[in-house]
Amino acid sequence: MPDVRETNLPGIGVRHDFTTADGTRIGVLVRRDGRREILVYDRKDPDACSERMQLSASDTQTLSELLGAGRVTEAVTAVRQQIEGLAIEWIELGTTSLLIGHTIADGQLRTRTGASVVAVIRGDTTVPAPEPDFEFATRDVVVAVGTDEGLATLRSILGPPPGH
Amino acid sequence: MLAAGSSESALAFIEIGAVVLALAILSRFAGRIGITAVPLYLIAGLVVGEGGVVTLDVGEEFISIAAEIGVLLLLLALGLEYNEAELRTGLRTGLVPGFTDMALNALPGFVLGLLLGWKPLAAVLLGGVCWVSSSGIISKVLSDLGRIGFRETPTVLNMLVIEDLAMAVYLPIVGALIAGGTVAALLGSVTLAITAVVVVLVLAVRYGSHLSDIVAGGSNESLLLTVFGLTLLVGGLAQRIEVSGAIGAFLVGLALSGHAEERAASLIAPLRDLFAATFFLFFSFRIDPSDLVDVALPALGLAIVTSVAKVATGWIAAGRAGVGPRGRVRAGTVLIARGEFSIVIAALGSELADGPDLGALAAAYVLVTAIVGPLATRFADHIPIPSRWDVVPNPGY
Repeated sequence: MPDVRETNLPGIGVRHDFTTADGTRIGVLVRRDGRREILVYDRKDPDACSERMQLSASDTQTLSELLGAGRVTEAVTAVRQQIEGLAIEWIELGTTSLLIGHTIADGQLRTRTGASVVAVIRGDTTVPAPEPDFEFATRDVVVAVGTDEGLATLRSILGPPPGH
Repeated sequence: MLAAGSSESALAFIEIGAVVLALAILSRFAGRIGITAVPLYLIAGLVVGEGGVVTLDVGEEFISIAAEIGVLLLLLALGLEYNEAELRTGLRTGLVPGFTDMALNALPGFVLGLLLGWKPLAAVLLGGVCWVSSSGIISKVLSDLGRIGFRETPTVLNMLVIEDLAMAVYLPIVGALIAGGTVAALLGSVTLAITAVVVVLVLAVRYGSHLSDIVAGGSNESLLLTVFGLTLLVGGLAQRIEVSGAIGAFLVGLALSGHAEERAASLIAPLRDLFAATFFLFFSFRIDPSDLVDVALPALGLAIVTSVAKVATGWIAAGRAGVGPRGRVRAGTVLIARGEFSIVIAALGSELADGPDLGALAAAYVLVTAIVGPLATRFADHIPIPSRWDVVPNPGY
């Protein structure tokens, strides 16, 4: 987080500015009436602004939502990266699957693959966190979380998806 | 009797209406060419006033009282503009730039007054005329040129705060001196004035928010009436005890703070515009245009000297804040414009023996600086700077 400077402008409002990673000085002017102005400082004359943008209250909201939304996505990506190697997969059961008519416990899926079945989607309904005695049927979609290898083993146990 | 009265008021309406419409046209024209309307109002006053092309007759009485209300509202709005934190910062950090400003700018005016053979008091007033930059013109120029975000701007704005605070001390003193009397009476009224200012300043800084809470309750309508009534009442009382009424109004503005301040500022703005326009008009209304010719040379000389002085003031003040040479020149040139305060000061001295000369000189001086200042700062980036000074400042200080 760069060092943000705050400067009071008597009778007008407050100005915040900081230097971005690429060396541009940018700022936001917050007027007392709530209007905002985005400032980009000139590289040749760092006291002057080369660009200014007036933002109405609704512009400010739109822009901050856009910037804020970006940050949320970034945060999610970061979390994914932190638990690296963890993957999630959707596997549909074909008619030839050996598990049809059998339960999760019968297949000993967790023991054999290390992957967990977190949900099963059947038609329009989703069964979250199915019990060990949950019985598989044709066309069920199994949602599993595990390592890439574990998920590959699970795929081979569940058998080829429909159409193969 | 009734018929006579109504025909007189009809005439007054026609005159006042015509005057206000003329001001409207001038204000529109000023906006079109990108300057403030103050110099144009002054010119209009010369045209319709004494020795001018057209003369007013029954409307004059109304216009004169409206002009006095205009001064009070100008000062009220000025007091409303800054909150207590800004005043505190101004007092803490502004002493050195403030004294530089006074020494460089008030002195030439004072000396010229003496050279013209005026009484010392009139010379002190001329010093005041030269001292104070116009916050009205400057804030408009800064926002028109898109310079609010520039790094020299806080320095410029702080300078305006300091000057306004200095006026809170200067005006009551000269007000008391103008009222005259024995030495003891003078000392008494000056002490009273300064005490009143200090007490209100301390109250505003310490308890401004409580005061504002009392005033702020209720609708916009009641707030407007409260503030307007309070301003006239305090202004009138201040005038009664020989402290300038303008200072009373300024103190009312200072004492209000917080939410009440913001609301009052926006409510009072249209009233102020209306009455202040009348004030500028009425000020030059009493000046004989032929007097202007006599003072043209001294006014021009004074404008040149004090413009250089303001550029130096801005250069020094912005330099202290770490601003680079380009920004320092911009800060200096934007400060050249004198306006409403200079006219208020000159108007205080209108009853003095040298009053008419002071008025004419101040009007000519404000006309020149109010027009030259904004132009000079618009082209400030093209003013050549000696290359040894023209260095790129640190971008992230």
